[in-house]
Amino acid sequence: MNQLEPIHAVRLTVNGVPHEVEVPARRLLADCLRHDLGYTGTHVGCEHGVCGACTVLLDGAPVRSCLLFAVGVDGSEVTTVEGCRAADGGPGPVQRAFAECHGLQCGFCTPGFITTVTAFLREQPDPGAEEAREAIGGNLCRCTGYQNIVASVLRAAEIVRSEPGR
Amino acid sequence: MLADVGDDGKVLAGGQSLVPILNMRLASPRHLVDINRLRELAYVRTEPEGVRVGALARHADTEADPEAHAVLPLLRQATGQVAHRTIRNRGTTVGSLVHADPAAELPAVLMLVDGEVELVAATGGRTVPAADFFVGPLESALRAGELAVAARFPAPPSGTGTAWLEVSRRAGDYALCGLGIAVTLDGDRRMSRARAAYVSVGPTPVLVDLTEAVAGQPYDAADWSGAGALAAGRVEPEDDIHATAGYRRHLTAVLTARAGAAAARHAATRHER
Repeated sequence: MNQLEPIHAVRLTVNGVPHEVEVPARRLLADCLRHDLGYTGTHVGCEHGVCGACTVLLDGAPVRSCLLFAVGVDGSEVTTVEGCRAADGGPGPVQRAFAECHGLQCGFCTPGFITTVTAFLREQPDPGAEEAREAIGGNLCRCTGYQNIVASVLRAAEIVRSEPGR
Repeated sequence: MLADVGDDGKVLAGGQSLVPILNMRLASPRHLVDINRLRELAYVRTEPEGVRVGALARHADTEADPEAHAVLPLLRQATGQVAHRTIRNRGTTVGSLVHADPAAELPAVLMLVDGEVELVAATGGRTVPAADFFVGPLESALRAGELAVAARFPAPPSGTGTAWLEVSRRAGDYALCGLGIAVTLDGDRRMSRARAAYVSVGPTPVLVDLTEAVAGQPYDAADWSGAGALAAGRVEPEDDIHATAGYRRHLTAVLTARAGAAAARHAATRHER
């Protein structure tokens, strides 16, 4: 890297933990999360916004972290797949549903699905199969053929709805 | 700042088209001018004359806005078809206009409603009508040093119904062909005006006046296949890896007929209120 490249301080709260990190202006949020902060659950697939593997929640809304610069989201709250776990540290409801329904095979695309589906179920807690299919339309999976992912979304909705305290 | 960087700078708003271009090294401007902190540009403002959308309104904001929807339902009809929700959370309405992709929805909407783009530079501002704004594929009338601060989408005349329809391989993909259509009925619920703007069938959005094919006909029995044939003769599709020109022309006719009938029904329901 060019030693003369200016460095910027960026504050990010990732999965509830505050961080301050120094990055060049060109650093993508996906790379900042992975390389600078060690949140390697965020996967980088296509790097041009098509595959959805790098999807994280920015202030609660799903976004492509490969299409954002870290300096541009200074001060934001980010949720990665690591932040989608249950309160006791075990797999969260969406993660459990994917495991139960065989919604993953190689697992590379899964973090993007987990974050996308987590946000989707907050807006639509009781989706039909067609809505579930549309909700994951921006995420590519090369293994499963999607049928089990759709089933996982519907199962995740059941689990979330059945959780006490909702 | 834009004046300082001139040709060597690009404005960054949502970045959902610009950043992929950078990531693929298809462009390498020396400077990016990030406008995301200019929160005063993050608005969707509805007035009786129409909807004004600021440069930082995300697609998701435009899509969700209830007042904008009441005045110009076409905005939600079209914006809901822009890519996926994840992209709409970040990409901006005005950015989509400036990007001027002939496959994009918002440029066609702006053309259809005779909208305008407000541009500002250090030396002053100007307002460019849609018909002059879209110059070619990925080329708008925006000059170096200018910032598109807002777009105006005028409300259509009363008795107007609209529809958006497109065909793509997968939900959220670029349309192989798509159109927005606006149909205006007279007091007897007969067709007085019909216009459509098409995407992915020309270098810019293609605006076609369909009035001659349907004028004077009852709203529920108009000759929409005639209108479709008229439109198919006006568009300029090209072959590419996704579809042949002939297939796109076929879609133009079929989608025109479907969308026209839907917009006429929509006009009739808005008429009754």
